[in-house]
Amino acid sequence: MTAATEFEPVIGLEVHVQLATQSKAFCGARAEFGGPPNTHIDPYTLGLPGALPVLNHRAVEFALRMGLACGCDIALRSELSRKHYFYPDSPKGYQISQFDRPICENGHIEFVLGSERRQVRLLRIHIEEDAGKNLHLAGGRTSLIDFNRAGVPLIEVVSQPELRSAEEAGEYLRAIRQLVRFLGISDGNMEAGSLRCDANVSIRPRGSTQLGQRTELKNINSFKYVQKAIEHEILRQIDIVQSGGRVVMETRGWDAARGTSRSQRQKEHAHDYRYLPDPDLPPLIIDETWLASIAAALPKTPMQRRDHYLLRLGLTPYDASVLTAERELCDYFDQALVAAGVPTEDESLGDGLRSRAKLCANWLSSELLGLLNKDSREISASPVSAESLGELVRCVSDGIISGKQGKEVFFRMYESRQSPTEIIEQLGLRQLTDPTLITAACRKVVDDPAMQKQIEKYKQNPKLLGFFVGKALAETQGKAKPELVSAIMLSLLAEK
Amino acid sequence: MAATTPVCEAFDGIAALAQAVRAREVSAVEVTRSCLERIAQLDDQLGCFLRVDEQGALRQAEAVDAKIREGADEELLLAGVPVGIKDMLCTKDLQTTAASKILAGFVPPYDATAVAKLRAAGAVVLGKLNMDEFAMGSSNENSALRPCKNPWDVTRVPGGSSGGSAAAVAASLCPLSLGTDTGGSIRQPAALCGVTGMKPTYGRVSRYGVIAFASSLDQVGPLGRSAVDLAQALQVIGGHDAHDATSLPLEQPDYLAACQTPIVDKNRRLRIGLPKEFFAQGLDPRIERCVRAAIASLQQEGAELVDVSLPLTKHSIAIYYLIATAEASSNLSRYDGVRYGLRVTPCDGEIGPGQSALVEMYKRTRAAGFGPEVQRRIMLGTYVLRSGYYDAYYRRASQVRTLVARDFAAAFTKCDVLMTPTSPVLPFRLGERLCDPLSMYLADIYTISCNLAGLPGLSMPCGLVTEAGSDRPLPVGVQVLGPPLHDAKVLQVAAAYQRITDWHKQRPQILTRPGAEAASP
Repeated sequence: MTAATEFEPVIGLEVHVQLATQSKAFCGARAEFGGPPNTHIDPYTLGLPGALPVLNHRAVEFALRMGLACGCDIALRSELSRKHYFYPDSPKGYQISQFDRPICENGHIEFVLGSERRQVRLLRIHIEEDAGKNLHLAGGRTSLIDFNRAGVPLIEVVSQPELRSAEEAGEYLRAIRQLVRFLGISDGNMEAGSLRCDANVSIRPRGSTQLGQRTELKNINSFKYVQKAIEHEILRQIDIVQSGGRVVMETRGWDAARGTSRSQRQKEHAHDYRYLPDPDLPPLIIDETWLASIAAALPKTPMQRRDHYLLRLGLTPYDASVLTAERELCDYFDQALVAAGVPTEDESLGDGLRSRAKLCANWLSSELLGLLNKDSREISASPVSAESLGELVRCVSDGIISGKQGKEVFFRMYESRQSPTEIIEQLGLRQLTDPTLITAACRKVVDDPAMQKQIEKYKQNPKLLGFFVGKALAETQGKAKPELVSAIMLSLLAEK
Repeated sequence: MAATTPVCEAFDGIAALAQAVRAREVSAVEVTRSCLERIAQLDDQLGCFLRVDEQGALRQAEAVDAKIREGADEELLLAGVPVGIKDMLCTKDLQTTAASKILAGFVPPYDATAVAKLRAAGAVVLGKLNMDEFAMGSSNENSALRPCKNPWDVTRVPGGSSGGSAAAVAASLCPLSLGTDTGGSIRQPAALCGVTGMKPTYGRVSRYGVIAFASSLDQVGPLGRSAVDLAQALQVIGGHDAHDATSLPLEQPDYLAACQTPIVDKNRRLRIGLPKEFFAQGLDPRIERCVRAAIASLQQEGAELVDVSLPLTKHSIAIYYLIATAEASSNLSRYDGVRYGLRVTPCDGEIGPGQSALVEMYKRTRAAGFGPEVQRRIMLGTYVLRSGYYDAYYRRASQVRTLVARDFAAAFTKCDVLMTPTSPVLPFRLGERLCDPLSMYLADIYTISCNLAGLPGLSMPCGLVTEAGSDRPLPVGVQVLGPPLHDAKVLQVAAAYQRITDWHKQRPQILTRPGAEAASP
């Protein structure tokens, strides 16, 4: 498509993340998703006369975690403002949000696009409250409202218009989802609405530094459609420009069923939100000691853990991506490493430990995840504990069992939830590595009078070594470690 | 026919009444009944109450009596004290409308914190008191439900917005009431009705459950027959509330003890500041004479008088009407016909092409539900907050507001309290100012800056003036203002004044029905 390549898309995302607090942002009602309609409510949630907001400090803490993880400038004094609009799902006629002085400014989101590392700068992150949900009954005569969601805390993460493709926008959004899950502040579930995304899209001739007229794309409520919807909007704008038209400023709603978008509101109907610092709430002052304690306890970000895996453990980018997909997986892997004897804190690792780490990653990503996937189980429900997997890796690395035996042990671990040591003992799989015993077995073979003829042949043809090794292994019922048998046999034969 | 004299009138203050109820000298039920009887006899012509909750009141009174019989009366500071509640405060299971049609039928599922605290102290809620719609007004004429009259002269206004709260106490329908004060709404009607009323320091009394007018200015306060009664009431309703983020996280001082403390002792004399801007043009000279006499009587007790200046006073009305209308337009957004109160739905065929049934419902509901003054202020406030004008109006007004507070702080380096007239005019006749909103706004000239600065302020009776050609005396009020948090000082000065005068004991003669002979209580 040559036409498309003449234009460069410019995309900025506004991402709403529902914070996983127990209670709502400004009252004690439950913030939990779902429940029968209008059961998570109280006077504040319903906007009853006289009800007042009281800020949930847990929500502030979660917003600060996000701000710190994104390297934002944290405002020690910020303001909560009222954003006015009339709509039935907005019980007070305004939403409490932040306008002039958000809690976080600047900062960035890091992610990987293909093999390239990208950093997209943020404009701001602010705290606000969610709206209720309107339900329009068939026939168009009746609408019902469920206020369970009204007042649930959100952060809005606003990027600079620095995304340059629909694909990049998709990766950026996935990075936010991954980040909020690692930080423990949200489940990032787009289908359940705890992660929502609006996209500001414009195009400009490639090479231009000016911004084109943007449109705002709303209602993109699944990962599946983010790229599709943005792609569609880019092409729509290119079509308009190429046929001599002009893109108008408007809000467009994505219709996933039809795979297209339609205009919801044009500029002349744009809202004046009449922002007002909420007189019911004092300025939001962040205590520096509190902020420092949040920073000190901040969980590592997926990118930090990815770097750790790449640089220190020497894992491949692919392995690192698989392992950092979920925090639980990362934590599992780290625990397995400890059990496998890979030190967690040392600056650098030798080749031996690096290959042990690699072995750990392989067992986890190809064996365990394969089985879990087949059984539709999460890593948290794995029958094989991280400790057991690490122990298994250690047994294989130390040569206590062979790699092939390891697989058998692993399948039994998965079935029986037993530890590898228990299974190795039960199956009598432990490899014989004691040089004295192996030497004894080897000597028995070479001292056997029936073998002398073969020994003579061996002197002519060293390839016969395998024959003697096989005999010695048979003496140990196959338990001796073949490499050791081979080495000892070689030296005994040389003495002959 | 003489109206019932309520049992409460026999006691010197609500503390004595509560003491008698606790000692079972009189039952809460008897006290409540006598108030209900008097309300039934007089309130048809006065219009103080919007709703009288006879059964609820008697149930509460019975519960108080039962507690006392069981000996569980330790905490009942207001045992059996009948109270009227301004319709601005939510009362559980008792309709609350802010005297507006838009809240018709709204029954709150919860009590405002101040009401809950009154009940917990054994007070008995008689019903809901008349007011200007959403507390917007200075004459009570903006009530959408019924007019309220001044008990001293039923052709005159009781003041507002807490007109019902002041008139009910003046007419001895109840010894205590709650009001709210955003720009003088407790003090001005207290002055016009000849009762004592106090707006505490902003944040002293929780606003939780109080219908919001202008959140940064609104404050709940008591109206009653004396400063000592207000001290007792404030002790009960004040204090920190976790449900109100603007509530002061402070322990309250002992207000009753403050009322007993002399204003002059061997170490220190009380210094009373007289801001010259409050004794300027526009003040009725008869009011000025009463107020100066009141100040002089405290001077005779040993207080020192200090001339001070509050140069920004002239801007206070402008600032007030920017801030109050902006916040009101925001606070009143929730009355949209969706969840409670009035809803006016357009009929089929009334919705033209391109019109939204939802938007039409909003428009019709709000047009029918809000009265003219409320609509005027919503429009003003919407204008003030519109995009691009915020800095010029609201922000600028907030900055000047800070300067007003500094003005007061500077004055309070020279004195302990300020004393001023409460209202520049005597109670005016019903309808007299209704078509001139601006002259109505000016009625609040002396009370508004106190809200802007968050100060405690109190108004108490200091004289009676009889206009030429009338035989009905009209009360005059004097205002005491203190620095923020010095509520106790304000009460102390008022109590000192009321120990040496008896203006606060004067009661109006009220006709039981038009044309009937005067009955003296």
